[in-house]
Amino acid sequence: MTDFLSYQFIVNALLASLFGAVTAGIMGTYVVTRRMVFITGGVTHASFGGLGLGYFLGINPIVGAAGIAVIAGLSVEYFNQKRKIREDSLIAMAWSLGMALGIIFIFITPGYAPNLMSYLFGSILTVSTGDLIAMSMLMITVSLFFILFFRAIQYITFDEEFARTAGIPVNFFKYLLMVLVALTAVIYIRVAGIILVLSMLTIPQNTAMLLAKKLKNIIFWSVFFSFAGSIAGLLLSYYRDIPSGASIIFSLMVIYFLIAVFKPILRKRIKS
Amino acid sequence: MNKLLELKNISYGYDQQPVVEGVNLTIHDQDFIGMIGPNGGGKSTIIKVILGLLEPWNGSVVKKENLNIGYLPQYHKFDSKFPITVEEVLVSGLMKTRGSAIRITRKEKEIAREVLKQVGLPGYIHRAIGELSGGQMQRVFIGRAIISQPRLLILDEPDTYVDNRFEHELYELLDEINRSTAVLLVSHDVGQIISAVKTIACVNRHLHYHPSNKISNEILASYNCPIELISHGHVPHRVLKTHDD
Repeated sequence: MTDFLSYQFIVNALLASLFGAVTAGIMGTYVVTRRMVFITGGVTHASFGGLGLGYFLGINPIVGAAGIAVIAGLSVEYFNQKRKIREDSLIAMAWSLGMALGIIFIFITPGYAPNLMSYLFGSILTVSTGDLIAMSMLMITVSLFFILFFRAIQYITFDEEFARTAGIPVNFFKYLLMVLVALTAVIYIRVAGIILVLSMLTIPQNTAMLLAKKLKNIIFWSVFFSFAGSIAGLLLSYYRDIPSGASIIFSLMVIYFLIAVFKPILRKRIKS
Repeated sequence: MNKLLELKNISYGYDQQPVVEGVNLTIHDQDFIGMIGPNGGGKSTIIKVILGLLEPWNGSVVKKENLNIGYLPQYHKFDSKFPITVEEVLVSGLMKTRGSAIRITRKEKEIAREVLKQVGLPGYIHRAIGELSGGQMQRVFIGRAIISQPRLLILDEPDTYVDNRFEHELYELLDEINRSTAVLLVSHDVGQIISAVKTIACVNRHLHYHPSNKISNEILASYNCPIELISHGHVPHRVLKTHDD
């Protein structure tokens, strides 16, 4: 174990797991309870277009991805509000257009094509100090936002119309939360990859909901399971030489099944 | 009487199709108005205009300053799997008047318990909303509507999913609330509301206000007439006074 921790990249990976677990645990709970898993999938994949654009323009690809993800997220939320377009079709179009644009930009960029695999499937072991700073900033923003406005967020998610009559600035919260969802997804691309991000925002939450019924407790358990799954996946990846994104998702699912099977015993012991 | 709210010549519609036109209505302290009319006639639209959820095409809504309105939405398709407890639903009704502390305060918890007793569900405070039956949920939502002791209480179809026993209790409760609060009650079930309300507003694109429930009360009882048959057009039996249009 000490040998394991002596590598800087392992320490970075552990920190990324922690920061990511807190951010994804919170935002994933919002995504799952507001039933916007598909929207999040669309936004994440659309961001691939931004990644490619980043390469093409010679800027940090993750910044490009974040920009496109935020624009895609806000657009979906906006058109959803106007109810003019079928939401699921709109998401599917954004999803595939983003992927297509990403490929086009990468192929027309002169020079070597970047390692696409690491963006599609993630690589927590190559997380840089810059990534860690971005992740920690997002974690602090998301945590503070949810601590300060927990009740308003809960009321909006549960009953939007009533929240409006209670004078809560519903649109402001919805758009801001959409931005945070988009940024969470993008920042997780480094860890889990575009294709696997969605699992970080859904599997721990659904595991948590096996045990907890209060929103606050679901968030705590999601963070816990997310972190536990990341660590287990990291160890599996290190010792068995498996790509980390895949081993983390696999670990999260193993935890989910274990909790589901032992739920009757656990439920009695844990205050939900 | 103290005027709480006035709708002046309100029109609203969807996709260029007017749903309500030229609606005038004044609500005073201690009013108990039953709003009846066919489905799609515009009852919910008028309520949403009053609540400020819809911006009318024409006309104006004049409210008394800082008017606190309690609202029970029509039984709708909110996500019953959403993780929220009865207590959390109830105190959300306090958001407007008591601001919102980061955490639910002791005082808010006390008030929530009081209201829960009032709607006949003591002991359910820590239940998740999804564990309740339809009728129990409706009681909780009524509790959320009255918890801030509003000056005006608007209920959109409160008897949906409510069992007979609670329906009786509901009207007793509303009667009690009406001593200090104006009530606007929307219902399709005219037979049920007619004995509770003081005045009637018929809504079918236009609004016709009947400053009494007396005449219609007896007639309705003898006709035992579902609301779909009460219309302001040419129908076999007219139970309310004929209107000009």
